[in-house]
Amino acid sequence: MAVIEVYEKSRGLAMMEDLYAALEGRIGVSAPTSCPVEFASAFAKLAVAQSCGKCTPCRVGLVQLGELIDGILDGYGVPEDIDLITELAESIYYSADCAIGYEAAAVALRSIKGFKDDYLFHIEHNNCGADSFAPVPCVAACPAGVDIPGYLALTAAGRYNDALSLIRKDNPFAVACGMICEHPCELQCRRGMMDDPINIRGIKRYAADHCDANVLPAKAAPTGKRIAVIGGGPSGLSAAYFLALMGHEPVVFDRRSQLGGMLRYGIPAYRLPRDILQAEIDFLLSAGITVETGIRVGEDLTIAELAEQYDAVYLSIGAHKENRLGLEGEDAEGVFSAIDILYNIGGDEVPDFNDKDVIVVGGGNVAMDVARTALRMGSKSVRIVYRRRVMDMTAQAAEIDAAKAEGCILQELVAPVGIELADGKVCGLKVQPQMVGAMPAGGRPAPVPLDEPAVTLACDALVLAIGQVIDYHHFEAAGFKVERGRFVAAKDGSAGHADGIFVGGDCSSGPATAILAIAAGKAAARSIDTYLGFDHSISVDVEIPSALPKGKAYCARANMIEVLPQEIAGDYSLVECGFSDQEAQQEANRCLRCDHFGLAALRGGRSFSW
Amino acid sequence: MVKQEVTVTIDGQIIQVSNKMTILGAAKKAGINIPTLCYLKGVNDIAACRVCCVEVEGSDQLIAACNNQVVDGMVIKTKTPKVKKSRKMNVELLLSQHDVQCASCVRSGICELQTLANNLNIIDSRFVEQIEPFEWNTSLALIRDAGKCIKCMRCINVCDNVQATHIWDLKNRGSRTTIGVKDNKIIEESTCALCGQCIVRCPTGALRERDDTDRALGFLDDPEITTVIQMAPSVRTAWAEHLGLTHEEASVKRLVAALRKIGFDYIFDTDFAADLTIMEEGSEFVHRFTHKDEYPWPMFTSCCPAWVRWIKGHYPDMVDCLSTAKSPQGMFGPIAKTFFAQKIGVDPAKIRCISLMPCLAKKFECIIPALSDAGAGPDVDMVLTVRELERLLKSEFIDIAGLEEEEFDSPLGIGTGAGEIFGATGGVMEAALRSAYFLVTGGNPDPDAFADVRGLDGWKEATFEVPGAGPVRVAVASGLGNTEKLMEALRRGEVEYDFVEIMSCPGGCVNGGGQPVTDDAGAPLVRGQILYGLDKHNVYRFSHENPSIVLVYDEYLGAPLSERSHHLLHTDHHSWKMPNEE
Repeated sequence: MAVIEVYEKSRGLAMMEDLYAALEGRIGVSAPTSCPVEFASAFAKLAVAQSCGKCTPCRVGLVQLGELIDGILDGYGVPEDIDLITELAESIYYSADCAIGYEAAAVALRSIKGFKDDYLFHIEHNNCGADSFAPVPCVAACPAGVDIPGYLALTAAGRYNDALSLIRKDNPFAVACGMICEHPCELQCRRGMMDDPINIRGIKRYAADHCDANVLPAKAAPTGKRIAVIGGGPSGLSAAYFLALMGHEPVVFDRRSQLGGMLRYGIPAYRLPRDILQAEIDFLLSAGITVETGIRVGEDLTIAELAEQYDAVYLSIGAHKENRLGLEGEDAEGVFSAIDILYNIGGDEVPDFNDKDVIVVGGGNVAMDVARTALRMGSKSVRIVYRRRVMDMTAQAAEIDAAKAEGCILQELVAPVGIELADGKVCGLKVQPQMVGAMPAGGRPAPVPLDEPAVTLACDALVLAIGQVIDYHHFEAAGFKVERGRFVAAKDGSAGHADGIFVGGDCSSGPATAILAIAAGKAAARSIDTYLGFDHSISVDVEIPSALPKGKAYCARANMIEVLPQEIAGDYSLVECGFSDQEAQQEANRCLRCDHFGLAALRGGRSFSW
Repeated sequence: MVKQEVTVTIDGQIIQVSNKMTILGAAKKAGINIPTLCYLKGVNDIAACRVCCVEVEGSDQLIAACNNQVVDGMVIKTKTPKVKKSRKMNVELLLSQHDVQCASCVRSGICELQTLANNLNIIDSRFVEQIEPFEWNTSLALIRDAGKCIKCMRCINVCDNVQATHIWDLKNRGSRTTIGVKDNKIIEESTCALCGQCIVRCPTGALRERDDTDRALGFLDDPEITTVIQMAPSVRTAWAEHLGLTHEEASVKRLVAALRKIGFDYIFDTDFAADLTIMEEGSEFVHRFTHKDEYPWPMFTSCCPAWVRWIKGHYPDMVDCLSTAKSPQGMFGPIAKTFFAQKIGVDPAKIRCISLMPCLAKKFECIIPALSDAGAGPDVDMVLTVRELERLLKSEFIDIAGLEEEEFDSPLGIGTGAGEIFGATGGVMEAALRSAYFLVTGGNPDPDAFADVRGLDGWKEATFEVPGAGPVRVAVASGLGNTEKLMEALRRGEVEYDFVEIMSCPGGCVNGGGQPVTDDAGAPLVRGQILYGLDKHNVYRFSHENPSIVLVYDEYLGAPLSERSHHLLHTDHHSWKMPNEE
């Protein structure tokens, strides 16, 4: 009888896992502008390395696939190669015996389908047509193109006011973003190839916390041009701020009593304190922005009137209308939309949730925000129900963890199917247990009902956080083009149906992040300035500390901690603690200075104006 | 507050330097030589070749010396085994992708890669040879041999930042990264000025001029042919830099003797044609200045063909500001094939007119059919750069130092000091003003009255009072990057001038794209001073006093701007097109 050895991870296997982890980290931070054809070539080689070699399609086919792609990269390709690559990949896909082969082929097919133009560009020009390789990955990943290495270096040097000025060259909401930015920059941080990405938002927050004087850059000479900005959220205010610096006269219209849009009415105060937000907005207004709050465009005045009276219009009304479940009883007492609750909190009118059992439906950041807010409103319990798995939720992991830590109950894999009422008031949510099923490539799995009876979860209040839509009707009637519920805008933000009308932010992108809305406002400011016949630039006069060769040292990433309230009801104070001086120093100094080392040495690591 | 002055230790030596200094600069101050390859001071400090890497205490990685600043207390070691091994390895790697055909390379002996590899004692190749194929139209004046390119990127930075022409760019990426013409064009479709500054900055033979020396020798060998050779002013400042002659031996008269020895029939001086240019362009300026409403302003000089290509390529709407005068080379050709041919009684079709030029763009200029007006084929049959002249002289195995000095031939061999200084930035302006003053007032100014436009500043301005004409506002720019600044300021209305001299190459023709390659940053100054010395000691310092100029107008042209002058010596800059104009 053969001896069965006790399974033990060999040194070799452990080492391989270590190498795989390094590979994963490296791929994780690949610049989004890498050449898709180079990637396909490298992927084919990687797949060959995983092949056992038994079967023809994998052993020979993947190698030939790589050769064909390399031929294109080496400048020997002809357009017919694309047909051969497709035919070969299809054949590998259909005839390989195991996933090593057919999954490699599936990726190759996706690549050739999705990037056919890139393949053809290589064939035609023997050159890469993908957007040129970004010298500074974090800056390229930031929608607003904020000079991240620059403000990290300024923060490390203790020059917090300069850091804020540098950020505001591209992103006026430096303080707010220090609190709530989704930080896509960190996903691309090259430091991730070494240990962990830099905690960029943490350093921004630290600089903002320590900035003691907001400095307004020099304004251009008055142009006399008036621009109507409809919607005083992050996008509208960013556009207005830059337009004011360019010497124009922006007038911001907002239907609510206070400015800030989703920053005020969508993000809870415990993440972005209202006084801090207001202080930043007041600073931006000091650039020379006129404000008209409580004006509902479409009722109090029409877009046509604004277009008539102003030299240009920027529409940035956001996505403030709630989605609905489509169940009976949705209008009953005790059923709320997340947006309404967050609005009312933002507007300082708190509904009574004292001692109530609350159910929140949804799995996005708004669901987490409203659930945590419900706790602060005095709820007895808060249960978040979601029809897929927790791992499929679109909310950021940190938000989910915080909701759990504060005491929210997460109930996954249940879909609302009915609202139970008693005396016209909500008393429960009927939910159908689900399993996850088909998984589209790159998407989230479809929930499938289980053959089990529906159950009713008792509650006194039901909050729906299942997404927001855009209230576009007035504007569509006025000529704005709407597709899939969003305003259509050209790349430069122009709405297209009339000259001088621009549109951006959530109302054009669909509900997204603050930084995307801010970036859209920046782009709109540039386009409007150009449309008005000017060539103003926004610049900053800050000297960036030189990148010094410090030597490499592996060092883990510092994270900001959240201190959860002991008595949560009624406590809307900020939960996230900014970095200590020590943490900020260490973290800022972890920056690899891609603005100096690497391609930036050739292409330049920054621009002081745009 | 960061200390301005820092203390660093380099190879055990402690020195104080500014904190803005690079490691390379600090080492140089300490007398320590760190080898470099891609680095080019003030132009290219991209730390790409990794040859200048040094060890810095506290860092596992080596640090590039060329673009990293010193830090207080830094301990730098430039000669450790780690440094030496990686330096040698990186050069070996570059050699594995370099077409090492040194014996047949125009840059052999003055190749920075060859010198470095030799100094590093690299005698074997341990890596697979991977040579990028040489795919280029070799009939063009500018040739790029991809197989010799080491991707130092100097050409990109020179073209972008010094010359504002933006022709070169990175092509592909990763292992396939190379240099190509921007926007996926071929060079023929680009607005390359053919200034040649990328050639003189290339560390290897990857960029070079088309070699025409064999064609020149063919003319000499043909008994039916009479050869007429002209040499531009700045040729005499640099022709012997790589020929091992002393400064005294390298005189222009010794070059005349060498050319005669090789067999050229008539040896003339482009200085004469420069004087002719002054007569025409100066008269044109006086005419425009006294008929201000009829012309766009300012008037630009037109003697630099790279500048003419550049303005047509980059500011086509301002081409009418150019003087209609041809370049001196372009004026010499038709005079040689008409006036001079008649004088010696030779059929102009049997004359071959050859130019020795510090310039690449002149190789292009001479083949434009619209610029040939003598009616006997091309006015100028071929152009040899100074680098080709060096190779021609070497290939003839002449003991140049042993030759007696000889005079230019007559009558096109007489030039004035005004013609001499055409080779330096400001020289054309100064020469033109000397004669314009005479044309307006009837009397000569002090020949040094306009010396304010001398010097190597990239953009110079002056205003001169000409009695009877009033103030003349002039500007002089050299280098196309400086030129772009001037053009933009003109467009924005920030400056206003009457007369503007542009030379494409920084410092003027003395630093031309056809001059010998040198790593001496002071070369433009030294070469320019040679010209100003020749001007100072010339018997004639005013173009209008050149006896040959007087002769050619008396006997043939009549007067400046005469009908014959217009036909032979002026041109319509719209008569040929740059790719962007088609």
